[in-house]
Amino acid sequence: MFDIGIGHYLILGAIIFTIGVVGIFLNRKNIIVILMSIELILLAVNINLVSFSIFMSDITGQIFTLYILTVAAAEAAIGLAIIVAYYRNSGTIRVEEIDKLKG
Amino acid sequence: MIIHSIFFYFFATIAIISAIMVTASKNTVHSVFFLILDFITISCLFIMIGAEFLGMIMLIVYVGAVAVLFLFVVMMLNVSQQKNTWFSSEKSSTHIPFGLLISLIIFIELIIVVGGWKFKPDLIQSYSSIGVNLNETNTHSIGNVLYTDYIHLFQLGGMILLVSMIGAIVLTFRTRVGVKRQSYIKQISREKDTAVELVNVESKKGVKIDV
Repeated sequence: MFDIGIGHYLILGAIIFTIGVVGIFLNRKNIIVILMSIELILLAVNINLVSFSIFMSDITGQIFTLYILTVAAAEAAIGLAIIVAYYRNSGTIRVEEIDKLKG
Repeated sequence: MIIHSIFFYFFATIAIISAIMVTASKNTVHSVFFLILDFITISCLFIMIGAEFLGMIMLIVYVGAVAVLFLFVVMMLNVSQQKNTWFSSEKSSTHIPFGLLISLIIFIELIIVVGGWKFKPDLIQSYSSIGVNLNETNTHSIGNVLYTDYIHLFQLGGMILLVSMIGAIVLTFRTRVGVKRQSYIKQISREKDTAVELVNVESKKGVKIDV
């Protein structure tokens, strides 16, 4: 319990990942919250990579974490641009009212 | 070791609670605030276990850029005044049990994976040729590897950032109607024949200028 190993960090990553997935599934609000849930999922992946990198003393995990950080920033920028363009066209970004695809 | 575990549980509790609040809070601005808190907490954890460079980069990139971008968009789109409902839409209430079930299955699978890792401790051995030299700082060892072995990944990251920048500009760009804009092409390609007109002004009649 008091000996913090890799398992603690992996379980923390699993919990945050699951919270992000729940936030995507059960979202009844606007799309921005879905984007934030995706950021949470990427954060959980970063936790996993960094903890493996530290506890296995291999620097490669941190390099890939840096790469994921880059991709997450790009994804947030593109996603928010899409949301702004959609809001300009349709006037709403609520999840329930976006039903043009009839999915 | 006790201090380390106390700090770990402290930061982990704050991280989990703020992650729950990101998805559960009714106001979107509050969600962004909790997202910032989550990022800061996780970067504290990173610094605590020895990945200082990534902790600082997370502070700069996530808190300084991404979360502020979210905040800008939330405040610009005026979504915080919309009535946000949580679990209360009757149209889509059939999604909720399925969503919870699938999330639970994902969580159990992840925990099983972690448990398998715990019961096979001889796996904790790096087979990569890139080890960590304990005499160097974290930033030094990342820099040693990032610009030599992973230079293609580094340049690919730069290309991804460039493409995303161009994409964001193209997506949000619009030409407004009714606003007078400066057109360089028109200005440069203006010739003497189209711009100047010689008029013989008759006496006491003046010139009629049609705009």
